[in-house]
Amino acid sequence: MLQKASGRSPEIVQSRTDATLGDVAAELETKRWRTWLPVPVANLICLAVHWLVSKTEPPVETRSYFVFLLNFLAISFLLAIAQLWLPALRRRMRHAGPIFAAALLTLCAWELITTGFRLLPLPYFPSPAGVFQSLINDRALLFDSTWHSLVLLLGGYALGVIAGLISGICIGWSTQVRYWGMPVLKIVGPIPATAWIPLAMVVSPSAIFSAAALIALAVWFPVTMLTASGISNTRASYLDVARTLGAGRSYLIFRVAIPAALPSIFIGLFMGLGASFLTLVVAETVGVKSGLGWYVSWAQGWAEYGKVFAALVIMAAFFSTIMTALFKVRDRVLVWQKGVIKW
Amino acid sequence: MVAAAGTDASSLRVHEVTKSFPVPEDSAARRLALDGVSLSMGAGELVSLVGPSGCGKSTLLRLIAGLDLPDSGELMVGAESITGPNAERGLVFQDPNLFPWLTVRRNIEAGLVARHVLSEKRHEVDEFMRLVGLESFPGAYPHHLSGGMAQRVALARALINHPKVLLLDEPLGALDAFTRMRMQDEVLRLWQARRTTMLLVTHDIDEAIYMSDRIVIMTQRPGRIERVIPVNLQRPRDRSSAEFLQLRSEILELLHFAGGAATESRT
Repeated sequence: MLQKASGRSPEIVQSRTDATLGDVAAELETKRWRTWLPVPVANLICLAVHWLVSKTEPPVETRSYFVFLLNFLAISFLLAIAQLWLPALRRRMRHAGPIFAAALLTLCAWELITTGFRLLPLPYFPSPAGVFQSLINDRALLFDSTWHSLVLLLGGYALGVIAGLISGICIGWSTQVRYWGMPVLKIVGPIPATAWIPLAMVVSPSAIFSAAALIALAVWFPVTMLTASGISNTRASYLDVARTLGAGRSYLIFRVAIPAALPSIFIGLFMGLGASFLTLVVAETVGVKSGLGWYVSWAQGWAEYGKVFAALVIMAAFFSTIMTALFKVRDRVLVWQKGVIKW
Repeated sequence: MVAAAGTDASSLRVHEVTKSFPVPEDSAARRLALDGVSLSMGAGELVSLVGPSGCGKSTLLRLIAGLDLPDSGELMVGAESITGPNAERGLVFQDPNLFPWLTVRRNIEAGLVARHVLSEKRHEVDEFMRLVGLESFPGAYPHHLSGGMAQRVALARALINHPKVLLLDEPLGALDAFTRMRMQDEVLRLWQARRTTMLLVTHDIDEAIYMSDRIVIMTQRPGRIERVIPVNLQRPRDRSSAEFLQLRSEILELLHFAGGAATESRT
């Protein structure tokens, strides 16, 4: 019985693997179009809709949007051809294809709603072509605004993070500092940083400086709170072990408590980053005479809503890039926690 | 033997030590954890502490490590009295407590870094990684390690400081039976190679008999030393020999008696 089974099994296994491989191959064959087709098709739909619709809208120059779509189409065709030889690219495209196609179709729907059927009042809701045109026409000022926003944001954020880390570590480590510091934190911290704007404008010599200080304040609170709780929740046994290994106070703080608190600190950094975006835009809108927040209200003042939307598009790209960068840093630093590295 | 213990630098002496803790639900009351405990260990001796849970074994170990201070009594290593934690007295817990943010190698280095001697003693790191058989996993993070591997890292991390006394608080308690027996041999091998004075807390009587020179049996609440039993068996010991089993049943009987006494005194 045993003999028989062992004699037959390789054959069975063999035929089964063949069958499975065949199935998988067939499946891949039928679904291969999914890898490359959605994006060009969506793109073609976009172009068709744009072509039909734009004839009805002479006043806005829409050539750049048309060129953009054509370029996109060309690139998607090139990628569709390239993926035949590049399996890594194919995998990426299979993953990203649907979402890009959906994005293009959203543009298309937007165009239909705005210039196509005129469902939305015009000066306030321009077509994607109009927004794209504003983006191109005003690129110099947009770039300048983005640059100013970046400098202000990073300056304020860095200041807030440094202050938050220092106060958080002190409050988390020393019971004495916690006794005096915690009430201040609990009372001052929850006030939205933007509520200080009237006061900041009176006190500070320059708008930029007060905006940076407000951003720092907005960042400081969550960073302090989560750093302090991370430090004070350090497992006592880690500290005990370190002490029996001969650790002094600086080792306990910098090489045990802070690394142990890092996951919590990063949550504070993310919360602070969100708060800093909000504070940046508000501060630029009401006080500082530069940056994306200023640009939006300035464009709105001239009723140039194409520029307003263009600035929103830039903001989305700008803020999500910074957020992504912080995620990357966290994955790097907390590699021990996630188990990304395998040996 | 006791006289020798007094002079040797890595001998350990615990004299009439008492320790109590506040009772959480009643701020005025304190619960006595150790009541006049005295114990002497010669240099290079391996002694086990056995007793029912809550008998103050871990409290005694923390006092010797210097992590807590006694209410009264004296603890001494060699001629120096213990006033705080020190790299001379290594401690290994049941949970390896490796720093999860450091690799195996950096965990083992931790003691050298803490004492600011890493640059002079870097060569010893490799030696200790080899000693515990982890030389092929220098870059692994603790969450990749099995329980036995993690505990070996914890042992190497404690031993790299060349402690005079190594305190082991149920270090093998969380391991499966098979790994546990292998690790017992491993700890014995380390002990025989280095002749560190070792105090082992365990709830496993077989482990105590298999490993130690003397077994200290403690009673429950408040913790007192009930009896000290020398183990005069030839090493390596045979877990199924008649003497081994004889000693085992003797200790079991004692522990049963100790448990009964504790219940009586509580009521």
